Amino acid sequence: MFEAIAFYLFSFLTISMFYITVTTSQALYALTALAAGMIFISAFFFILGADFLGAVQIMVYSGAVMALYAFGMMFFDTTREVKEKQGNRFVIVGLSLVAAVLIVVIFAAPIVTDNITALYPITEGVGNTQDIGMVLFTKYLVPFEVAAVMLLVAMISGIILAGKKMDLSLTLMDEDEIKEMKKEEENKKVLL
Amino acid sequence: METAYLIETVIKIVVILLVFSALAGIGTYFERKVLAFMQRRLGPMNVGPYGMLQFGADAIKLFTKEDIIPTNVVSPIFKIAPVITVSTAFIAAAAIPFLPSFTLFGYEVHPIIADINIGILYILGVMGIGLYGPLLGGMASANKFSLLSAARSAVVFISYEVVAGLSILAPIMLVGSLSLIDFNNYQIENGWIILSQPVAFLMFWIAAFAETGRTPFHLIANDHEIIDGFGTEYSGMRWGLFYIGEYANMFFISFVISLLFLGGFGDGSVIGAFLFLGKVAFFFFCFLWARAAWPDVRPDQLMWLCWKVLMPIAVINIIITGVVIMEG
Repeated sequence: MFEAIAFYLFSFLTISMFYITVTTSQALYALTALAAGMIFISAFFFILGADFLGAVQIMVYSGAVMALYAFGMMFFDTTREVKEKQGNRFVIVGLSLVAAVLIVVIFAAPIVTDNITALYPITEGVGNTQDIGMVLFTKYLVPFEVAAVMLLVAMISGIILAGKKMDLSLTLMDEDEIKEMKKEEENKKVLL
Repeated sequence: METAYLIETVIKIVVILLVFSALAGIGTYFERKVLAFMQRRLGPMNVGPYGMLQFGADAIKLFTKEDIIPTNVVSPIFKIAPVITVSTAFIAAAAIPFLPSFTLFGYEVHPIIADINIGILYILGVMGIGLYGPLLGGMASANKFSLLSAARSAVVFISYEVVAGLSILAPIMLVGSLSLIDFNNYQIENGWIILSQPVAFLMFWIAAFAETGRTPFHLIANDHEIIDGFGTEYSGMRWGLFYIGEYANMFFISFVISLLFLGGFGDGSVIGAFLFLGKVAFFFFCFLWARAAWPDVRPDQLMWLCWKVLMPIAVINIIITGVVIMEG
């Protein structure tokens, strides 16, 4: 009974949070609702007994949305509403409905006739974490490693893009040095 | 689900809520007294004997003060931000064993609300959400200083979490479990983890200071730079909730450090339980001690420390631990 109550409560909360994320024109509402929705999703993992995935969901998405907040802070005045360019509302609603139905059909159609069985049932007497580890390092080792390599690539490219003047620190420089640097930059612009 | 289990859980939740809300209030009294003695002052002296009722006076003031919502703020977010801080602190406490299990009137009580087998991950994750309170409060406030503080809380979040996660990975590899009870039982047989993992202990301790926003890393609400940061626009009990959340977090992280590295409550004897509370009190005292003794760092220094110093050390520590486990 508690599982059913928790499931419907968190389904309602998650869907309403993501609805707010999509519909609001306030950047702060959208970000906060996104973070809340992501955290409420972890409840489903807990209900299903996948504690490890639930905790990871909380950790990963709370950090990820925090980075989004940082961008929001840089690009918007988050206390004001964003003026959105809105086209024909009916077209947008219709298209998104069709897209949603299509996605559900694409994923559900191949398995709708099959009896869904768990490919990797929980091993008795072993914790949740160990179970994930076993599957991750046997059957899904290659995707796991590929994901790791892709993350490494993303990290290195991020460092290269952001780290053009990493050895310069404005806080450690004198006033004169900063002025000199600015002059040099201006001279460069003239040359270009 | 049994009715007895349900009633027991509800009672435990209520007790923990009441005890730690009160402790958070008393914590402010301790902080004032400790700071005062370290600075050769007396601290609060007037309310009650030796100023002991000061926190009651503070509570009355906070509860009865007008709750002002300024004009230009984003009011739903502004209102919910302090609730996030305080509620996540207490939600995280659900997986902390506060005492060894004991028998009360012939009924065995486990002083942990939910013994989930991923205790540490859960606690760190939910405590991390606590930083959303300062972030949202700061961003919703329509105040420059609050916005600065919100940006700083994002900086704190992305710097400390890496160190906290990587530093406890080595002890987790030793114990082979994420449950705090398993950590405690492992240390009964094999000695305290601080002896085999001193580097991990130091790094997790540093991360704990950043996580709770205490003084070496008090940049979220640094009084002499950005007024009260995210709390500038708050008044009354909403501001008080931020305070309760901060102090409850300090207590909970002290419990976690003692459980992870200093043997926890040992074999569950009465002496072990009191020693456990003593360790927790020591770590809480260290938070106050550091506030009296240390200057604050800048946000860029915090990022430098976490990413360029502590993270490589943590990774090297993990690799060495892995090699030792494989050899042994």
